[in-house]
Amino acid sequence: MTAGGAPILSLRGITKRFTQKVDLAGKIANSLGAKVRETVVQAVSDVDLDIEEGEVVGLVGESGCGKSTLGRIVAGIQPQSAGTMRWRDKDVGAMNGGERKAWQLAVQMIFQDPFASLNPRLRVSEIVGEAPRVHGLIERGVQAKYVAQMLDQVGLDGSYSTRYPHQFSGGQRQRVGIARALAVKPSFIVCDEAVAALDVSIQAQVLNLFMELRQRFGLTYLFISHNLAVVEHLSDRVAIMYLGRLVEIARAEELFARPNHPYTQALLAEVPTLDAARRVYKPIAGELPSPLDPPSGCAFHPRCPHAFARCKIERPALKEVAPGHLGACHLNDG
Amino acid sequence: MSTPTLSVTNLRTHFFTKEGVAKAVDGVDFDVAPGEILGLVGESGSGKTVTGFSILGLIDPPGRIVEGSSIRLNGEELTKAKPDRLRAIRGAEIAMIFQDPMMTLNPVLRVDTQMIETVQAHLKVSRAEALARSRAALVQVGIASPDERLRAYPHQFSGGMRQRVAIAIALLHKPKLIVADEPTTALDVTIQGQILFEAQRLCRDSGTSMIWVTHDLAVVAGLADRIAVMYAGRIVEIGRTADVIERPMHPYTKGLIGSVPSQNTRGHKLAQIPGMTPSLLKLPAGCSFKSRCPIAVEQCNTMPELVEHRPGHWARCWRAIAA
Repeated sequence: MTAGGAPILSLRGITKRFTQKVDLAGKIANSLGAKVRETVVQAVSDVDLDIEEGEVVGLVGESGCGKSTLGRIVAGIQPQSAGTMRWRDKDVGAMNGGERKAWQLAVQMIFQDPFASLNPRLRVSEIVGEAPRVHGLIERGVQAKYVAQMLDQVGLDGSYSTRYPHQFSGGQRQRVGIARALAVKPSFIVCDEAVAALDVSIQAQVLNLFMELRQRFGLTYLFISHNLAVVEHLSDRVAIMYLGRLVEIARAEELFARPNHPYTQALLAEVPTLDAARRVYKPIAGELPSPLDPPSGCAFHPRCPHAFARCKIERPALKEVAPGHLGACHLNDG
Repeated sequence: MSTPTLSVTNLRTHFFTKEGVAKAVDGVDFDVAPGEILGLVGESGSGKTVTGFSILGLIDPPGRIVEGSSIRLNGEELTKAKPDRLRAIRGAEIAMIFQDPMMTLNPVLRVDTQMIETVQAHLKVSRAEALARSRAALVQVGIASPDERLRAYPHQFSGGMRQRVAIAIALLHKPKLIVADEPTTALDVTIQGQILFEAQRLCRDSGTSMIWVTHDLAVVAGLADRIAVMYAGRIVEIGRTADVIERPMHPYTKGLIGSVPSQNTRGHKLAQIPGMTPSLLKLPAGCSFKSRCPIAVEQCNTMPELVEHRPGHWARCWRAIAA
């Protein structure tokens, strides 16, 4: 991590629990002696992460690992159940009204599905222009000009602003989503699987756009994806998540060259590459366990080829294995 | 090469809509040899899925396979087959695996009911015999505790397990050909690895041919024996995997390969193909890729033929060698 200055975003012990309360039928059953308990899913557990200004951090994990939930907490869409989040060295929980509003505008999110994340009944001029107008960034009179300028930034023609979302292709819609996020002049963008729904050639266009915008506006990204190739291409640092916990964090080159955690190693081995040699697949066995009933100790131990007795009992802590490279595995204690 | 399992010649599947004729597949030729895996690669709207559906005779109006097309399975012409015959072939000799296993599986029936039904649809066997076959198929695709799993409902399975069940159902009649349409797109990387592993093993062990339809070149690069790249309803390049990936001839294939992010592209701009796929309703005259092509010339206003530029490596481009 860089020396001078506090990180733009700092997470400490972030935890998110989703609780399903006992419903009426359950309560009746309980009064008759049944033991229906409320179910608790710990989607995110005790995550510590610092993100420096101007950095691109890739967050990788399989479906159900909690990466999207963490992204939503960072974007302020969902509150965390425990832990503190500091934005530019201020505790988000202790912010006053003005500071809070500034934080909320500064952090924007781009969603996976460009078909579901745009209101089908609004014109692009309103989708992109509403937020900056409401927040007083622009006057109503200049909205049309401002929207055209935003569309131009993401490579769309300004005249498209009178169109509805259904009149665009998938890649164009994702650009509208990006323009909407940029319209309130954010400094931090959370991309949740932002290119997963796009064709390869369109994906390349959008990835290039992300990098171009980063250079132009000095944006910081939290880039959430299950696609390691995309993350490797884009990120400065990469965090690997498994069942709600970060199991490894390192600079991208370091992580891909010397993966520490057995889960990261397995993930890297499975990435399909453009290597024409006929591959022999040696997949890791099993699947992501249910977060309703996580395994004891290290959550990866039932699938891990190196697991030993201690892994079932004690959860490994995230420790530095090389400068700036953290891994959570008992093998590191060697 | 031995006689191909499947031989497709001049396949044209058009959709006659109110807005005009959409030529989703327009003159596709390829063979699949026994035990071979052919990767059929293209972006959305390229016609790759319609090609797969045409082979199974699953094209609904307003679409239809146009006169003059030919699909031969072990020499038998399928485009002229009677509906009864097609019904007998589907599921028994050609099977399909879809992208979303929930589309294949009936959510209100137990897995054993569905599998027994599939067995008995083509074979006169007892329920017990059918159940035994179903169990064997589940074991074959690597499902642990198959007896328990047979009595479960589809919603009790995870995504990867569902796809395995769908593959097991496809295997029940030991088909000669499996058409797999993006079967791993919805799955996680580690699960995708497991499914690719099973697919590779099955084709090698049983001599089943497979057409693996996907938008992801990287997936088929390690799996397929040959790759066919489709663009706007036509095959623009076909050849052995190593040839297509390492020495692509068509500018679209080159563009696709350049668009794939990897560690070599870190910090650089990805090569992007400008523009987007043209509408099938108003394809330009001549080569349909010319408006996005960096090396297009005057000649591209006439449609090039698919030509064998190197042994076994065909491309549909006037400038295939020049580029």
